[in-house]
Amino acid sequence: MTTTSPVEKAGGATATYVDQRIGSNKFLSRNLGKVFPEHWSFMLGEIALYSFIVVLLTGVFLTLWFKPSMVEVIYDGSYVPLQGVKMSEAYASSLDISFDIRGGLLLRQMHHWSALIFIAAMAVHMFRVFFTGAFRKPREFNWIIGIVLTTLGLLAGFSGYSLPDDLLSGTGLQIARGIMQAAPIVGTWAAFLLFDGEFPGTEFISRLYGVHILLIPGIILALVTVHLMLVWTQKHTQFPGPGRTNDNVVGYPLLPIYMAKAGGFFFVVFGIIALVGGLVTVNPIWIFGPYTPDQVSAGSQPDWYIGFLDGALRVMPNIESVIFGWTISWNIMIPAMILPGILFTAAGLYPFIEAWVTGDKREHNLLDRPRNAPTRTAFGMMAIVFYALLWVGGANDIIAVAFDLSINSIIWFLRVALFVVPPIVFVVTRRTCLSLQRRDREKLLHGYESGRILRLPHGEFIEVHQPLSVKDMAVITSKTDHVALPAPEKADADGVRNKHYRWQMMRHRLSSFFYGQNIPQPSMAEIEAGQHHAAHDAELEAPLHDYEDADELRRAHGGVLHHPGMAETNTEQIEQDRSQH
Amino acid sequence: MTEISPREGHSDASAHEVARPAKPGYSPVADVPHRPRATDVDPKAARRAERQVASMFLLSMLFVVLFVVAYVAIDKTTVVYIPVMGDVGASNVALGFTFGVAILLIGTAAIQWSKKLMPDVEVVQERHDQLSPRRATAEAAANYERGKDESGFARFKLIRRTLIGALVVFPIPMVVLLRDLWVPTEADEGKSPADILSTTLWTEGSRIVSDGTYAPVKPEDLPVGGLISAVPEDLREVEEVTENLNARGKAAIILVRMDPSEIRAQQGDGWDYQGILAYSKICTHVGCPIALYEQRTHHLLCPCHQSTFDLADAGNVVFGPAARRMPQLPIGVDEEGYLVALSDFAEPIGPSFWERG
Repeated sequence: MTTTSPVEKAGGATATYVDQRIGSNKFLSRNLGKVFPEHWSFMLGEIALYSFIVVLLTGVFLTLWFKPSMVEVIYDGSYVPLQGVKMSEAYASSLDISFDIRGGLLLRQMHHWSALIFIAAMAVHMFRVFFTGAFRKPREFNWIIGIVLTTLGLLAGFSGYSLPDDLLSGTGLQIARGIMQAAPIVGTWAAFLLFDGEFPGTEFISRLYGVHILLIPGIILALVTVHLMLVWTQKHTQFPGPGRTNDNVVGYPLLPIYMAKAGGFFFVVFGIIALVGGLVTVNPIWIFGPYTPDQVSAGSQPDWYIGFLDGALRVMPNIESVIFGWTISWNIMIPAMILPGILFTAAGLYPFIEAWVTGDKREHNLLDRPRNAPTRTAFGMMAIVFYALLWVGGANDIIAVAFDLSINSIIWFLRVALFVVPPIVFVVTRRTCLSLQRRDREKLLHGYESGRILRLPHGEFIEVHQPLSVKDMAVITSKTDHVALPAPEKADADGVRNKHYRWQMMRHRLSSFFYGQNIPQPSMAEIEAGQHHAAHDAELEAPLHDYEDADELRRAHGGVLHHPGMAETNTEQIEQDRSQH
Repeated sequence: MTEISPREGHSDASAHEVARPAKPGYSPVADVPHRPRATDVDPKAARRAERQVASMFLLSMLFVVLFVVAYVAIDKTTVVYIPVMGDVGASNVALGFTFGVAILLIGTAAIQWSKKLMPDVEVVQERHDQLSPRRATAEAAANYERGKDESGFARFKLIRRTLIGALVVFPIPMVVLLRDLWVPTEADEGKSPADILSTTLWTEGSRIVSDGTYAPVKPEDLPVGGLISAVPEDLREVEEVTENLNARGKAAIILVRMDPSEIRAQQGDGWDYQGILAYSKICTHVGCPIALYEQRTHHLLCPCHQSTFDLADAGNVVFGPAARRMPQLPIGVDEEGYLVALSDFAEPIGPSFWERG
């Protein structure tokens, strides 16, 4: 505050002007110094946000040239192979954007790439939130918003790649229409209304356009805003570490650190999307040609995020029933309506299911390490593997060609694997988590295995155990022992029958299953004893470090204690660093 | 938490500057070992970092200039060969590269600035419960009660019920308005979607012409083992009138010819012509057009979801998710010896639907 530049003066005056009208300084006082914790995985959500901004930005540019019309025109642009070909105005204008508008292809490819990244980032962000238990109280609403955003992201992506009206996008729409028609009772009517009659009609692209550029992005934008406001007011969760508790946030303040880091990261994401958009071709619509309902190219693949649905459609056996003259297409309804319905609903409800099973009503601001919630982690892995198998199904033709396999055997493998592999993954993940918990317990009880063998003066060999660092200690001891809900009594002391017995019993069983075999955390006394023991080991080893000819000694004995010249303490390290400069 | 205010800020500013970590509202973390960075202890390193950041911003501006140059200078049709990437549009690559680098440099500069020159000491801020203070909850409840009393919402049962009724009914117009999303053409007037889906352009005597050239097909044009995509002859005129591809989407067929002795079954007696069979081209699963035909096995494979149909066995499904056989079109020849349809398909083509039965 020693000097105030004219710009700052003007800024201050503006702040006062605005403050007098909307009271903004109250907000600034609370928030300019707001602390955010740091972890690389917290950037995943940022990537989703920033790529969404790039999608919006590039999308606005594309609307300036794209014509959402299915009126037939003769192409006369500069892409020679298609000159003179009859096509829809939508496809022709997409070609113009790609070949006749300078930078148009860049915008189109940036739009497509950022959309792909947007959805991928949302998915991985969701994994992070799931596996660390960040969805727990008080953040359940934000989890649901996130699930809705992911769903809308899929719809936005699908509606987008259906617009250019090339052969691939039209095929996608044809499949969507086929699925729609399979819906019981309303299917044909819904399809006829949406397409203004039969497929492909002349109206659908202009209708879809409004949905793609206004309706879906509008809802996404509104929900993203709420999502961020909730993150803001609830404060970000943090990973366990020294000084980090459930009641504080340890990290860096918004101003200046996150202003620079997050702001800078926006430009990094934006810049990388621009580079990729310039250097890597995506969706080369000019190769596919204009859409016509009687042609298709082999190896048709949807964008990655639709792959699991396409895979489900491929893997499903061909069951159809006709009841009282009405057709029920199980082969389409199950994979394309019921399955995604169950997947997204289960995902959305998960926080409530887990809270009900565990009976946990506390606020959780400190994240779980995935190993400390083995059942949740195992569920998550199971879901991911199930999804991945469907995805493999979506690529079965590509896989069949690449690995010289029969498509039929891939499908049969998947039909079985979808039911067999996820449970195996569940068990393996849970056991792995429990093993990691045991290892943590070992570390607390005996210190960290240094791998150094020490021979004591009386001839005994010991392996030196080191006390845990402050950070490791804080991270490992962050685990809390959860107790399963108690088993209910059939009747109370007075012999009154417990009406809710079966219900409570189920909850007790589920909760025991959830917390089941968790490895108990050692008591503070045990930990201290263990660390003390490790400290004792280190003490035995200490004279070696002080020994004048220690270097000599180490070299003579194979020298694994320390590399000569390597700093042995933090202070030494800092001093070394200093002297190097 | 200290207020940041343009009026009072000056007076206590010095207090903040002395104890650096003790910023308003938070305190430094105890017990965390902190290693000073080179830029913390070495003024030279700090100056170097400053130069790095500034040069990145400078370079970013340079790349914006290059972008504009590339936009103006490179012709949109120029194609260049770049190793790994192959033949690419020069304009797109140049624009994407310059734009991307320009933006990326701003990002890296800002991050470098924060990592090297801004404090790297973590600080602590307290959290507060999400739960509102009890007084606020009580006030809200009191306000609700007052509102309920004053409006008489609980007392006026009739008002309450009619209000709910009105609110439930009022969106109906918005649903009704959607009815005319589909305005049937004159030909479709009065027909249900199921009726429309169940008929195609094919009628008795429709000549079969090959797709693309619209040349009528004679049996001799199709050797044993051959396949052609075909449409009805009047499709061209129909498309000129309707200006859409709807008729094509239903009428597209494939013609295959096999040794008559290999035909094990057909959907109707004598629906082939000397071993030439006509099947719908639209998959009965979700409607992809099919043309992947394996001559030896007579299997037809859908490229979308791999439903497989055996054309030598009445178009039945042999594998994949499709539940219905491929509809067959009965064919013969007219007086001039050209292939014609003997009637429309006997069953609806394409994906199943509720009313199909």
